[in-house]
Amino acid sequence: MGEAVPVEHIDAGRRRAVAEALRAHLPARAVLYEEEDTRPYECDGLTAYRRLPMVVALPEDEEQVRHVLRTCSSMGVPVVPRGAGTGLSGGALPLADGVLLSMAKFMRVLRIDPQARIAVVQPGVRNASISDLSAPFGLYYAPDPSSQIACSIGGNVAENSGGVHCLKYGLTVHNVLRVRGYTMEGEPVEFGSEALDAPGYDLLALTVGSEGMLALITEVTVKLLPVPPLARVVMASFDDVEKAGAAVAAVIAEGIVPAGLEMMDRQATGAAEEFVRAGYDVGAAAILLCESDGTPEEVEEEIACIKEVLARAGATHMRVSRDEGERLRFWSGRKAAFPAVGRLSPDYYCMDGTIPRRRLGEVLRFISGMEVKYGLRCPNVFHAGDGNLHPLILFDANNAAELQRTEQFAAEVLEKCIEVGGTITGEHGVGVEKIDQMCVQFRPEELETFHAVKRAFDPRGLLNPGKAVPTLVRCAEFGRMRVHSAAPRFPDLPRF
Amino acid sequence: MDAVLQAMAERVGAAAQRGQPLRLHGGGTKDFYGNGLAGDPFDTRAYAGIVSHESSELVVTARGGTPLAELEHALAETSQMLPFEPPHFGAGATLGGCVAAGLSGPRRASAGALRDFVLGARLLDGRGRVLSFGGQVMKNVAGYDVSRLLAGSLGTLGVILEVSLKVLPRPATEATLRLEATQREALEWMNRWAGRPLPVSATSFAQGELCVRLSGAPAAVRAARQALGGAELPRAAEFWTSLREHTHPAFATDRPLWRLSVPSTTPPLGLAGAQLIEWGGALRWLASDAESGTIREVARRAGGHATLFRARDKTCGAFAPLSVASARLHRELKAAFDPAGIFNRGRLYPDL
Repeated sequence: MGEAVPVEHIDAGRRRAVAEALRAHLPARAVLYEEEDTRPYECDGLTAYRRLPMVVALPEDEEQVRHVLRTCSSMGVPVVPRGAGTGLSGGALPLADGVLLSMAKFMRVLRIDPQARIAVVQPGVRNASISDLSAPFGLYYAPDPSSQIACSIGGNVAENSGGVHCLKYGLTVHNVLRVRGYTMEGEPVEFGSEALDAPGYDLLALTVGSEGMLALITEVTVKLLPVPPLARVVMASFDDVEKAGAAVAAVIAEGIVPAGLEMMDRQATGAAEEFVRAGYDVGAAAILLCESDGTPEEVEEEIACIKEVLARAGATHMRVSRDEGERLRFWSGRKAAFPAVGRLSPDYYCMDGTIPRRRLGEVLRFISGMEVKYGLRCPNVFHAGDGNLHPLILFDANNAAELQRTEQFAAEVLEKCIEVGGTITGEHGVGVEKIDQMCVQFRPEELETFHAVKRAFDPRGLLNPGKAVPTLVRCAEFGRMRVHSAAPRFPDLPRF
Repeated sequence: MDAVLQAMAERVGAAAQRGQPLRLHGGGTKDFYGNGLAGDPFDTRAYAGIVSHESSELVVTARGGTPLAELEHALAETSQMLPFEPPHFGAGATLGGCVAAGLSGPRRASAGALRDFVLGARLLDGRGRVLSFGGQVMKNVAGYDVSRLLAGSLGTLGVILEVSLKVLPRPATEATLRLEATQREALEWMNRWAGRPLPVSATSFAQGELCVRLSGAPAAVRAARQALGGAELPRAAEFWTSLREHTHPAFATDRPLWRLSVPSTTPPLGLAGAQLIEWGGALRWLASDAESGTIREVARRAGGHATLFRARDKTCGAFAPLSVASARLHRELKAAFDPAGIFNRGRLYPDL
């Protein structure tokens, strides 16, 4: 979203000098600068933003990574790290005067230790392949973003990726034990450990979700969990979205922590059903998918309890998966929701706000109002269990007016998320996409603190600059800094 | 405007101007932890109280001065709990001190550490500014995760004013089993159990006795009891509390008490002294007169680290030394939050 990115001039002389310096220690195939070779790197999963990088580097081992960083550091060239390029916030958008550092060649699984229940992998390893390789030991890697067949663990670390099982099993930050890598200056660093903690500040927590701006990660140790012997999912229909929202709160209030708790509204359900035939109730205003996992005894008890709560909350129809095939089919519609919705319209814009669950009804009403106000459709899919919304605004990017309305629609929704005590991004990251809304969510002194944290790791600001944290100047231009109109975020707080 | 907060901020601002070190404290229950205390006492307890607790959100927000006991009591009223079972180490423990110390109790290996449950925090930084990070929702990736960074920072980055934590429902049933084992067997069993879908919520081993706590749905606990065997431990809740609070006889020692955090599969350490093992093998308490360098080297070689937890003499440093690169990052981060270097000087490392 945002302004169309202007075509930026790449300095040919500079490009030659940087490419030559990199080729001193990297094979020729690992340094690309011809437009036909760099074009595939012009964007990540957020295709609305595109820019050609000056040079693309594809190092093949740690020594080469270190060389790229040292060379760029000494030449003052910014570096943009990239994993699988599936990110949805433009975190890997290249710079016209920068090197795009792709970790795609770091594909090795270094060690799986079933007894210690850990896997040590290189950052280019795909999320799903960790679970595939751990399966023979009865283990798996819990975070499962929808893009898990394509996204890399390095990118997951950069974005602190979630998935549909976060409420019970946590985000990336809860499932990574240790990372190894380099600072922008090429200094080796290691955060966390294979023990359960490390001395000093929790630099691992700081690095996870830092959008590739603090250090370049070359190795990741993840925690593996025992595969639950059984999982079953309840699919419940509701004739009203607010009732479905209240049902979500009722499940949690009952003391149940479901393995997954997802909600889709009628538009999203219809699109998914059309696309994958998951067996959804297309007549329902909203459906909930509520999963229980564990031993057969646990699952039986929990499913009975979930059904009772959902019935009390007004479910009009319920089905419980009878076998693994049916469970996967029920989930297939949810996992395919984005591409399914993508078939309804030339383009769609995916939001990622998180709100306190109890405000779900209010925010849904607000989004319906926005659909009318801007004349755009907006199917909704939610990680309801943890309050993470993915409203999908449908638009046509070739229609300039529609694009602009979409941007305004999205901005209003994100600001509504902040107003109700939530956040502008639950799992997709800020990147370039939501950088202006950061000015709304945080005050100048907080943004300054983020910049100070960045300087501690990268004093010259060369590692993925311009992402995630806006400059105060940018916020001033955006004109939204600290403007919460009549409702300041902490009305009782003194302002110094 | 909150007058208490205003006064705290003004005092910090004035101390920063004069370069006057402040020693942040709540109930002082963890004064023993870390390196020596320096600076004018700065009591955090006036800024207290539970701000919000929405049980259906699984989130509680409370001010730093809130007594930990009060917070746990409020959660218990709705059958919820702090999943990381933090040690109090005394009646006056506060939430702020709990987060600053970053210590977790018996449930850590299965449920996660304190840092895993921190969702957001408000901080009074070294310039006297009130900063807010994270939030009250489960998923939030806007900005660097500064609130988790505060967990275990020992007050060196600022005054922890308010914290939002994820909480969990209390398990419906708990049972503790006692089994006889050698240390080697105990380590092997604990690791094997952790790789199976069993509702193990805590483990301990000392003097030939392996204890394992099962928590969860009644049917699951029942099935696991049958699978693991052993005898049921009476008064189990008291037992786990005594481990958490170090009131268990194993901790009654005049020798220096070391906390070795190592990969759970690390074989018996072979160090002189009495040991108590927790966290499925990942936490080894050692009461020992062995040389600090030897103990630290054993922990380091295993892939972990050793903390001198309680001792009269901590001249070797309470915490394992950092790598050169990590030490530089620590200094830079400290300077970012506390440029005048007034908060809890030297408590974590001599140059912080």
